[in-house]
Amino acid sequence: MKFIHYMEKVNSVDVYGTMSLVCFGLFFIIMLAWVFKTNKKQFEEASRIPLDN
Amino acid sequence: MQVEKFYYDNKIVKAFGYATILFGIVGMLVGLWVAIQIYYPESSLNLAATTFGRLRPLHTNAIIFAFVGNASFAGIYYSLQRLCKTRMWSDRLSWIHFWGWQFIIVAAAITLPLGLTNGAEYAELIWPIDIAIALVWVIFGINMFATIIKRRERHLYVAIWFYIATWVTVAMLHIVRSIEIPYSATGSYSWFAGVQDALVQWWYGHNAVAFFLTTPVLGLMYYFLPKAANRPVYSYRLSIIHFWALIFIYIWAGPHHLLYTSLPDWAQSLGVVFSIMLIAPSWGGMLNGLFTLRGAWDKVREDPVLKFMVVAITCYGMATFEGPMLSLKNVNAISHFTDWTIAHVHIGGLGWNGFLAFAILYYMIPKMWGTTLYSKKLASNHFWLGTIGIIIYAVPMYWAGFEQSLMWKSFTPEGQLKFQFLETVTNIKPLYVLRSIGGALYLTGALIMAYNIYKTIKQGKFIANEAAEAAPLIKEVSPKKEYWHRVLERKPVRMLIYSLILVAIGGLVQIIPTFLVKSNIPTIASVKPYTPLELQGRDIYVREGCYTCHSQMIRPFRDEVARYAPNPGDGGYSKAGEFVYDHPFQWGSKRTGPDLAREGGRQTDSWQYTHMYDPRTMSPGSIMPRYPWLLDRKLDTSSTPAKIRAMKKLGVPYPDGFDKVANRDLMKQAQRIVANLKKDKIESPPNTEIIALIAYLQRLGRDIKSEPQQQLAENK
Repeated sequence: MKFIHYMEKVNSVDVYGTMSLVCFGLFFIIMLAWVFKTNKKQFEEASRIPLDN
Repeated sequence: MQVEKFYYDNKIVKAFGYATILFGIVGMLVGLWVAIQIYYPESSLNLAATTFGRLRPLHTNAIIFAFVGNASFAGIYYSLQRLCKTRMWSDRLSWIHFWGWQFIIVAAAITLPLGLTNGAEYAELIWPIDIAIALVWVIFGINMFATIIKRRERHLYVAIWFYIATWVTVAMLHIVRSIEIPYSATGSYSWFAGVQDALVQWWYGHNAVAFFLTTPVLGLMYYFLPKAANRPVYSYRLSIIHFWALIFIYIWAGPHHLLYTSLPDWAQSLGVVFSIMLIAPSWGGMLNGLFTLRGAWDKVREDPVLKFMVVAITCYGMATFEGPMLSLKNVNAISHFTDWTIAHVHIGGLGWNGFLAFAILYYMIPKMWGTTLYSKKLASNHFWLGTIGIIIYAVPMYWAGFEQSLMWKSFTPEGQLKFQFLETVTNIKPLYVLRSIGGALYLTGALIMAYNIYKTIKQGKFIANEAAEAAPLIKEVSPKKEYWHRVLERKPVRMLIYSLILVAIGGLVQIIPTFLVKSNIPTIASVKPYTPLELQGRDIYVREGCYTCHSQMIRPFRDEVARYAPNPGDGGYSKAGEFVYDHPFQWGSKRTGPDLAREGGRQTDSWQYTHMYDPRTMSPGSIMPRYPWLLDRKLDTSSTPAKIRAMKKLGVPYPDGFDKVANRDLMKQAQRIVANLKKDKIESPPNTEIIALIAYLQRLGRDIKSEPQQQLAENK
């Protein structure tokens, strides 16, 4: 009996690894794009919220 | 526009604040007690309720859920109202949350010393308490979201995002980890077994650190640091990147707790990759915190709140750099199962969580009592005692971890293991003594804080309802096209859903394939279900918290195989198929004692009997506690049928109707052990707990040892 390589028996298990990286990559790029497109003034306003109360 | 007048509820903050101080001190005291037990085992008082295995879960649960939990709730109730410019939605729900949470803590403080446990680290609490936690958590969530919805501030400040992510992720983690089958009013078996249980456990355990000890505390940092420094956070943009990247990456990193175990390689690699990536958002957050103080470092000298914050954030940076380093396989090979891990978590616990909790208490209490801190000098003494305490705690533990690991791995020129396991323990005893001195200093600091806060309260007058005013929120029609995130920031429910999707993806991708593997894990032909007596013995093993000091996982290293499975017929390192009937798995995370995966047959029954009565008679110098009560206590066999039925439901292949005859089988096996003991002149009735525990210990690894030699050779 072999105890090794048993994950290979699960159909296309490598999809999970690839999927996780693609998910993260896409998400991160979209987030960065948004963060750097947003007007700095909006952020400044938001960052003052704790000081206003 | 008409300005509305309203009042912040300070009473609930006060209640959570008091609970933080009380349970913090209790949790630290228990921690100190178990730290002393490690080098002075007699201090367990030879009582079942106060042995290391039962008190260590009490210490971890008290610190995580009672100390840090209550501190987070105090800070959240204080900051959320002010960030939303509104009172909490429902005072009644606030108080149900408070009393419900304290009830859970008291229930834990009673059940854990009684040995009522699930046997999963940081998820030890029994199933009725698990249900109570879920209910109280939902009540907290309803109150929080309703408050956010009725807010008078359009924008959701970044701290609130951290609170939302905390709520949603902890709910998910708690539910999945708590799926179990009860067999009695207090006992249950994990739904998962072996490798799956290990993966679920560390997906939970790791993310409990992430979403109970990190995200809410980061939220507090983003509120209280700007308040204390009186300047906005260094970069709000960075705080947004910090948030999304952190919650997305953290959820994937759990498998780094299982490197070199029987967990599939791809899952281990996934854990490593995401752990390394975690450095970026964590350090982004740390730098954002420290840079907020640019130009205000002079204040740090004066203000105790900022002093504690600076050390807390620095410790956060240290721990989040060290964590990814520990997840590298070559570092983990040295650090895992040693005190290095203990040092690492205490940099986080004492430094990051503890100091941030102290900082917010020093900030909120004078404010809520309309006064100033009674003594800055005492606070400064607290700060230095705490800081020095952390160093004296952590440095010896790093040293101990490194030294013990190197000793484990040392071979003589002839190729023999150089040190007995016991030598590697007695060698680091002085370091354990030092560690408890560090802990005692830290605790002394906390006591000074309690006094200082008591005096502060005495000199002030409590403002139960703090007046505030703000304009109501009117529906804004934005003429300009807005970015989607700007919209999202105003929609708490959507924020919740997106956060949930994000963390759920990480969880599912890790867990689904491991469930698929269930049918693919090669069931080793010789691995059979536990006999009823062994099952009862295993439950005693879990009850006594043996997993807090002993692992059951031989990693594929030369030294581990040489130490724990030295002979060709010993089965070598641990294989996934060995654990298919282990509900819950008992791989452990620390080796204060040796690994027990192949314990079966290594010692005689009478050796095990005498060793449990007094370990030092068999292993002079051993630091294991005594378990004299096991020799007298009657085994509760009335639970056997229900346990067998529960196991059968979980897929353990006992024959139909076995539950009815299980006790007969149990007695037969017990009589055999009694006969063995008698040969060595030990008289014991067959129905005592020690007999069941011996049966279990003698079973460990026996199945794989009986696997035909040729098949084992193929495994290598």
